[in-house]
Amino acid sequence: MNVPYLYSYRNLWARKLTTLLTAGGMALVVFVFSAVLMLDAGLQKTLVDTGSWDNAVVTRRGAESEVQSIVDRPQASTIESQPEVALGPGGVAMLSKESVVLISLNKRGTGQPANVIIRGTGPTGLALRPQLHIVQGRMFRPGSNEIITGRSVAERFAGAGLGESLRFGGREWVVVGVFDAGKSGFDSEVWGDVEQLMQTFRRSVFSSVIFKLKDSNGFDAFAERIRSDPRLTVEAKRETRYYADQSEKLSAFISYLGLVLSAIFSIGAMIGAMITMYAAVANRTAEIGALRALGFQRSAILLTFLAESLLLSLVGGLVGLVLASFMQFFSISTINMQSFAELAFGFTLNPGIVVRSLLFALFMGLVGGFLPALRAAGMNIVDSLRAA
Amino acid sequence: MFYLGLILRNALRHKLRSLLTLLGLVVAILAFGLISTVVGAWYANSEAASNARLVTRNAISLAFSMPISYKQKIRAVEGVKDVSYANWFGGVYKDPKNFFPQFAIDPESYLRIYRDYLLPEDDLRNFIRDRKGCIVGRRLAQAYGFKVGDTLLLKGGIFPGDWEFVIRGIYDGRESKTDTSQMFFHWDLLNETMKKVSPRRANYVGVYVVEIGNPEDAAPVSEAIDKLFKNSSWETLTETEQAFQLGFVSMIEAIVAAIRLMSYVVIVIILAVMANTMAMTARERLSEYATLKALGFGPRYVAALIFGESLTLAAIGAVIGIALTFPAARGFSALTGTLFPTMQVADATVWRQVASAAIVGVLAAALPAWRAARVKIVDGLRSIG
Amino acid sequence: MPGDVPAGDMHAPLISIRRVVKNYIRGGQTVEVLTGISLDIARGEFVALMGPSGSGKSTLLNLIAGIDKPTSGELLIDGEDITRLAESDLARWRAAKVGFIFQFYNLMPVLSALENVELPLLLTNLSRRDRRERAALALEMVGLADRMDHTPNELSGGQQQRVAIARAVVSDPQILVADEPTGDLDRTSASEVLGMLQTLNRELGATIVMVTHDARAASAAQVIMHLEKGVLESREETVQIKH
Repeated sequence: MNVPYLYSYRNLWARKLTTLLTAGGMALVVFVFSAVLMLDAGLQKTLVDTGSWDNAVVTRRGAESEVQSIVDRPQASTIESQPEVALGPGGVAMLSKESVVLISLNKRGTGQPANVIIRGTGPTGLALRPQLHIVQGRMFRPGSNEIITGRSVAERFAGAGLGESLRFGGREWVVVGVFDAGKSGFDSEVWGDVEQLMQTFRRSVFSSVIFKLKDSNGFDAFAERIRSDPRLTVEAKRETRYYADQSEKLSAFISYLGLVLSAIFSIGAMIGAMITMYAAVANRTAEIGALRALGFQRSAILLTFLAESLLLSLVGGLVGLVLASFMQFFSISTINMQSFAELAFGFTLNPGIVVRSLLFALFMGLVGGFLPALRAAGMNIVDSLRAA
Repeated sequence: MFYLGLILRNALRHKLRSLLTLLGLVVAILAFGLISTVVGAWYANSEAASNARLVTRNAISLAFSMPISYKQKIRAVEGVKDVSYANWFGGVYKDPKNFFPQFAIDPESYLRIYRDYLLPEDDLRNFIRDRKGCIVGRRLAQAYGFKVGDTLLLKGGIFPGDWEFVIRGIYDGRESKTDTSQMFFHWDLLNETMKKVSPRRANYVGVYVVEIGNPEDAAPVSEAIDKLFKNSSWETLTETEQAFQLGFVSMIEAIVAAIRLMSYVVIVIILAVMANTMAMTARERLSEYATLKALGFGPRYVAALIFGESLTLAAIGAVIGIALTFPAARGFSALTGTLFPTMQVADATVWRQVASAAIVGVLAAALPAWRAARVKIVDGLRSIG
Repeated sequence: MPGDVPAGDMHAPLISIRRVVKNYIRGGQTVEVLTGISLDIARGEFVALMGPSGSGKSTLLNLIAGIDKPTSGELLIDGEDITRLAESDLARWRAAKVGFIFQFYNLMPVLSALENVELPLLLTNLSRRDRRERAALALEMVGLADRMDHTPNELSGGQQQRVAIARAVVSDPQILVADEPTGDLDRTSASEVLGMLQTLNRELGATIVMVTHDARAASAAQVIMHLEKGVLESREETVQIKH
């Protein structure tokens, strides 16, 4: 098919204001669309990065999160004695019995309360999460009222910075360290000594047991044995799977909401493209007649105008993506619907989002440009030449 | 009159273009109104919350409870009129997607304090009498087709096990803002089950609801209650119900703020569309404007023609968009079931819709009007099409 | 350069119109524009179609050019009845055999002179380089070698019409059709354009059909055909003064 694409491109360039306004409308829609996808990707990344493929998390059957889970001491000991548990230096089991509860802390500045996860753990807790590093101060001493805070908690909550102190459970807790967990979910947590915290919260049971697998392939056998053991009321998940499940509800909420909004907004942008393209067809009636007289087929005219509309939407899509890429500098904190704790995460751009956003833009261009292009292609040569 | 006629006839010259612009305006104004209404629904609970009620919770966080013995102690605090208590149940009805709040309550005192829940007297009696009974709100009943006498099965989350209830009544709200998407059952049932299953968790209460005689006493009464339990094993935090509800909203504030921002994005999108329409229209009529000027009409007259056309379109779009917001909000509310307790299009929303339409109408005409007003007669006459 | 190997007899007329009727429906009423016209135009002839408005001269031109279809009758061009061609075949036929020159030039305002001339070559299998070369050659021929990168609105009316002529001849058509080619031009530009058509006709043997109502323009042609109320009224040979 011989289509004068140069003509399409030149015409867009010739009416800059109209092109700018039409593409601008589409750019905003694509911005919303890609920002939502980026937010969802950021959430997934944060929670997926939190887990490690070689670690297993054991929680009570049916518990949606560690916060709702209970694992009593006898069960924890049973798990500890399983052969799949890796042994660290000196024959110590690479296993951590942890207590996870929500505490309400006040934000810096506004003083608004928000829920934060506090995790009681031991020295192995740190060894099990290699992505976690103490960046200020030091690790808490076992058996003390010392705590360490995730970077995002330290920044955003009053009294959570290094050298400051928090009061909960009738005790004063001193922050002796701040850790960076590589933007994973742990950045939104506070860590302390498990026995001290359980005493404070009057708990006699753990929330979860986390351990490193001796052999990563041994997981399925372990999970099956745990499930079929009548003494146990727990289930095991790979840590990666556990955190992926954690993102499910919030992720569904964000993407559903975002896609509905994008869909509604795109109607506006498509109408904009349609108006622009109808005007283009009307203003160039004589040119269309001349092109047809020169021997260009109806289908070539159709493609010429569709190409113009698609190019217009591609410009809009690219501008929208560039705008959205700046969102990577921002992070957002909201409640995780599974654990009810605050979770901070960022916008993440990946190639899949770029492709989907551009396809979405092109779709708007196609829909907006189709009817006008059809009108252009349907014109009678003699009549359209007379419009000169 | 002649003037208005000219504006109207101009607007109708490109029927298809005007129609499409109008359609875009309607969609934008409608989307803007709908988003505002949804955001409003989020805050509705806290607006409906009373300042004459206090909520006492465990100071550590809502996930922790307090002994039932606190009830008598709180009741004795000066300024307290009535006390009730509730536990968040957090069960699942069939599928985790079917979210609605469930509370274990002390029926008599709770419904005494929350006078906004209206229940036929017989149903109320039946509910109080039946320890396995429960009541559901009207919206909830509509969403899942519950009827009085039905059995309601919940799978416990925080309180494990399968729980069976019999619906003894369906309550209505006294006001449209009242949340009727909740389910209430007997705290005693919960407590006795816990005594059997895990005795350590029995005799605990999630929150105390405290009614005070005088709303102005909220601060001193709150302080007095918290002081009572200071340095005990279960320290408390007491705040007005409104502050308590706002605490919930603030936790999802980032998302709510993002959605609110979106409502302005749609206005900017339609501004671009509308500005484009006006720019194209004005460019095509440049020679007509030049002719008018040649006839002796001033630049203001020409500018007013463009503003008039733009505002006319914006006004029609706004009227249709606003008119559609009401049925759309009702439809959306029916669609989302019990996710949003109330869905009322606020007056403020309507005014904001009007204001956005006016702003779009004015801004869209600004550049083309300025251009047309400045066009030199000779240049304008020369340009065709 | 007359087109490729001709399909028909070299001595037969290039254009042969037989009993052509063309009716239009305007406002619910049928208007007869051509009422059974028959005429022949020989290969290499330069014909001017004249007549009052409404005589059907433009309609006839449109039919010859293949952008309109008759109600009945035959339109044999180079031995082929183009009334039987399907629309897309007709478009291909136009691209290969017809060159257009319009009253208002009908150049694409967003394209440069060179790109405008190149446009019909997009419908050939020529490479991009060949297209450019041929378009440049055609522009040189009409004396606009130094205006290749100008857009139409940077050119005078006469220059625009010369670009249009270059566009019409660049694909080596068998027939050039011109609809009031001087109608929008001043005297000097008009005689320039007419001179150019004569040169094309004389030196390259192009068959030209031109509609005009200007007797001066018509006198540039070898044959003047007068149309009246949809039929051919007269045919006269002009006396050509050698320049």
